[in-house]
Amino acid sequence: MSYVSIFMQYVGQYMKTRLTYRTDMIVEIFSDLLFQAVNLVFILVVFGHTKLLSGWTKDEIIFIYGFFLIPFAVFSTFFNIWDFNERYIVKGELDRILTRPIHSLFQVILERLELESMFGVITGLVVMVYAGQNLGLTIEWYDPVLFLLFVLGGSLVYAGIFISIATISFWSDSRTAIMPMMYNIGNFGRYPVNIYNQIIRFVLTWILPFAFVGVCPAAFFLGKTDWYLYAFLTPVMGIAFFIFSIILWNIGVTKYRGAGN
Amino acid sequence: MGKYIEMIRIRFLMMLAYRTNYYSGIIIYSINIAAYYFLWSAIYGGKEDIEGLSVIQMTTYIAVAWMARAFYFNNIDREIALEIKEGKVAVELIRPYHYLSMKTMQALGEGIFRLLFFSVPGMVIVSLIFPLKISADPATWGFFAISIVFSFMINTQINLMTGILTFFLFNNDGLIRAKRVVIDLFSGLLLPISFYPLWAQSIMGYFPFQYISYVPSMIFTGGFAGSEVWNAIMMQFLWVAILFIPIQILWVLAKKQMVIQGG
Repeated sequence: MSYVSIFMQYVGQYMKTRLTYRTDMIVEIFSDLLFQAVNLVFILVVFGHTKLLSGWTKDEIIFIYGFFLIPFAVFSTFFNIWDFNERYIVKGELDRILTRPIHSLFQVILERLELESMFGVITGLVVMVYAGQNLGLTIEWYDPVLFLLFVLGGSLVYAGIFISIATISFWSDSRTAIMPMMYNIGNFGRYPVNIYNQIIRFVLTWILPFAFVGVCPAAFFLGKTDWYLYAFLTPVMGIAFFIFSIILWNIGVTKYRGAGN
Repeated sequence: MGKYIEMIRIRFLMMLAYRTNYYSGIIIYSINIAAYYFLWSAIYGGKEDIEGLSVIQMTTYIAVAWMARAFYFNNIDREIALEIKEGKVAVELIRPYHYLSMKTMQALGEGIFRLLFFSVPGMVIVSLIFPLKISADPATWGFFAISIVFSFMINTQINLMTGILTFFLFNNDGLIRAKRVVIDLFSGLLLPISFYPLWAQSIMGYFPFQYISYVPSMIFTGGFAGSEVWNAIMMQFLWVAILFIPIQILWVLAKKQMVIQGG
């Protein structure tokens, strides 16, 4: 059976399980919206006390946030591996996965789908359009194409980082405090990275390249010419980090020792 | 009482067995504080203070808020939800202890562990790198200690409530997530409550959330002075007392209409 048809079957099963607990699904979508609002509130409150953030206006920062929500939504739909350690390693669930003739990471992704996270794309677009109108941005013919490319790049950057961190569990099965904190560090890529000092800027650009999920690609649409080079690096970084994480995963799986019963 | 203390001990030892990765957590945590430091410096942009807090106080506020969170934070709502879903709760209920107290004690064991192995070393490292304003006054430390104990209690009570709701909703991952988001925002972890517009502040006054993070962090940074400290701690105590009531009611109702979904 091809990977595509397996994917479709999982999606079908997923819909069924979700529709069994309808109230919970509605609460979950609502909680996603709430989560997106939280960060917006942060920006609004901060700009209640200042006009500019090192030369960037409120609407520009909101626009970056709107853009960020879209790759982040794609990422959270498919890559829910933040509890990979607890769920698969500590409980020994990976044993089950490894006996099947499909790539292990692909199975983990399928089992942890969260399709309702896709609502984030709508929120993101609404926020972007709102901020874009305030800024008087216009859309050129090439913008939608680049937009898709940047969204893809950004999603892959996120996926690459989180898969790489999940693979740590193959070598050491102790619980880690890294994952939840990483979600928080991801937020810093939404602000112009030149406000940070060199070390943090370097980390956010090249080591945990969250800047490519927020400020870098969004700066292109905002017409910040000195950011163009970074903007066009987005898909490259995405693919590079994703491939790197897959290689790590493939090596890691061979180190896996079953646990649990 | 002895069995509950034993619960704390066991959970503490369990966490101790898996301690290595906590040290890597400290590095990530330091990056987190560092990024906040520069973000806030940019937000201040040369301004002396915002709402009575200087940049240094603000950095201290963020650092201590995240450190305190390591102590009061726990996942017992998720644990309770899972035990209900898997039907394990049936066995738990016939055991000779009070289920909710037992969960609270486990959370405390976890909190104490993180306080000793994460917060304290983390705070030392962060204070070496960044200009933090740490009070040398033992009274401040004393009030802070009392205050984070109350933070723990309020947060745990809210978690218990969320967890018990699984008895009625059967699957409440969404609610658990919503609760976490609300607490992050309205507890003052991300932003001091005093930064919000006044109308928002007055609404938040009716909820217990700001007593989880805002109060201890303000006490630590010296944002509260004199009688403000006492009032804040009294309010924390009051909320702990108030929150007992809904938990008791929910618990009685939950036991009556419990459905064991397998196990």
